[in-house]
Amino acid sequence: MSDLLRRLAAKPWIWSFVGAALVWLAAIAFTGGTGAAGMLNAAMSLAVFTVVVGVGQMFVITLGPGNVDLSLPANIGLASAVAMKTMGGDDRMVAAGLLAALASGLAVGLANYLLIWALRIPPIIATLSASFIIQSIDISYGRGLQIKPPPGFADFTNWQILGIPVLAILTLIFTFGAAIALQRMVYGRWVAAIGQNRRAARLAGVKVEPVRLATYALCGTLGGLDGAMLAGYFRGANVDIGNEYLLASIAVVVIGGTSVAGGKANVPGIWGAALFLVLLLTMLNTFGVSPGLRLLLTGLVIVGVITAAGGQKAVR
Amino acid sequence: MAVAAAGNEASALASRRLLRAMLPALSLALVLAAIAYLNPRAISYFGFTLMLNLAVPIALATLAQMFVIAGNDLDLSIGPFVGFVGCVTATWLRDTPLLGALVLLGCIGVYAALGALIHLRNLPSIVVTLGMSFVWQGLAILLLPKPGGKAPDWLQAIMGLKPPLVPFPIIAAVLIAAITYFGLMRTSYGVILRGTGGNAVAIGRAGWSLLRAKAALFALTGLFGVLSGMALIGITTSADANIGNGYTLLSIAGVILGGGEFVGGRVSPIGAVLGALTMALAASPLLTFMHIPPDWQVAANGAILIIVLAARVLITPKGPDL
Repeated sequence: MSDLLRRLAAKPWIWSFVGAALVWLAAIAFTGGTGAAGMLNAAMSLAVFTVVVGVGQMFVITLGPGNVDLSLPANIGLASAVAMKTMGGDDRMVAAGLLAALASGLAVGLANYLLIWALRIPPIIATLSASFIIQSIDISYGRGLQIKPPPGFADFTNWQILGIPVLAILTLIFTFGAAIALQRMVYGRWVAAIGQNRRAARLAGVKVEPVRLATYALCGTLGGLDGAMLAGYFRGANVDIGNEYLLASIAVVVIGGTSVAGGKANVPGIWGAALFLVLLLTMLNTFGVSPGLRLLLTGLVIVGVITAAGGQKAVR
Repeated sequence: MAVAAAGNEASALASRRLLRAMLPALSLALVLAAIAYLNPRAISYFGFTLMLNLAVPIALATLAQMFVIAGNDLDLSIGPFVGFVGCVTATWLRDTPLLGALVLLGCIGVYAALGALIHLRNLPSIVVTLGMSFVWQGLAILLLPKPGGKAPDWLQAIMGLKPPLVPFPIIAAVLIAAITYFGLMRTSYGVILRGTGGNAVAIGRAGWSLLRAKAALFALTGLFGVLSGMALIGITTSADANIGNGYTLLSIAGVILGGGEFVGGRVSPIGAVLGALTMALAASPLLTFMHIPPDWQVAANGAILIIVLAARVLITPKGPDL
């Protein structure tokens, strides 16, 4: 038993779950036990959206220093508009709308990579410039329109089986697949290899550029999927729908124990960190603190958690 | 590497360095040429004073970002920090100058402490500053829930100076660039500070305290962040908790446009200031002259950034391998 505990404590992702549990317990202690299950349920529903983009961001960050996708918020916003316009409130068009959102996200991912590759500029700047352009496309494309999602799609995104959100179950399955891709498949191993030492990876026969292309495309596509789901869940697309996912997607990756320096990643931590962030907000809301104080405490807790968990030892 | 090739390589490297150093100036010239072509009257004392209105705070924030980048870190909280400083400047620094000054000094202390914490616990600066961005934003909202406050009169007077011949923003930018250049590029401790970004282990073995260097770099970021927030409020005269939010991305873009790199301690203060001026000019004056509809102004910003960076690729034979 103690052996198991020691092995668990050595996992980089365990701290995010410990943090989530502590925050949840604190919130329950405050309410005197009422709403414990409801809180968890709501946290699962909301964490899903962070997990999906977090997985995309994780693969990108694992590619190594400087790799990050700052275009996610704009991407999510555009995809939500594309999905809702394609669906047009008609249940029969749901599949087409989802495909359109995925295509929009994929296009963004490809454009990002094209900028990085063709201009040889750091991905931070490339995806940042791209996000400006995407944002404008979104503003002009979805201007003033608040298209409601088809009732069937909206119900689906809010649907629960035995008190567990269906989206959470699907996302769990998806993250399981992502973990296998990361740890057990050639693609994931190559991503990690590039992150550890790009030159060595290239000399070892890793097809560096195609892997990077695939990773940015994957991250973009996941952003597109997230946009469609968010629009269904919150019953409507809007330009700002993805705004909070810039910081959140990076935060869950790192709090979850993935190395910012690249080359070392894990998927479970993303769930732990996403639950942690959502539960933290829930807890502060139950305490009834003002928006300013809520931001202040969120920031202090993030800094505190990362300090307590400690940084990674230098790889080289 | 063969000996014969070494000489060739050295001269190629030297010319690449020169080009790299020239690029920020060329980018700025490109944007200026576009403005001059679109509206020749803008190239005047009055035109520059208007167009470069916000250039001083942007340049200061960019330099702030440059110090952390010199140490291989990134500050994602500089925007909200500039906003918080703005709120302090427009409230406490006016009403109770002593308290205001103490708080601003305390902010620099917090930055130094963050640098020390990041070094001691080997933390990723991106996450720590991400957390701090919430902290500064929260503090700013607590201090100034609604836009308001008023800049101290002396600050408004400084920012509103109308020197003869050369517009104030240009004089200020040259001054700021010169001071930072000598401090970071020409003093021996400046070399040590940049060295921690190049090879921290070597600097440590040579007997320098890495802890002190990291704290110093972060304190400098805090100092320039404070100056940026104060300069911003001196221009806008009142504050808003969200006033600085755009500065995080603007400052990173400015450093990169200025020829800085994310790793290796390779930064250039003069380049960073030129990059900041380019961003300031490209952000709105250029777009106004091009008659870009409001919907597409953000896109035009992104496009200009891409064009300037594309020009960089065309000029340099082979870009930095990142």
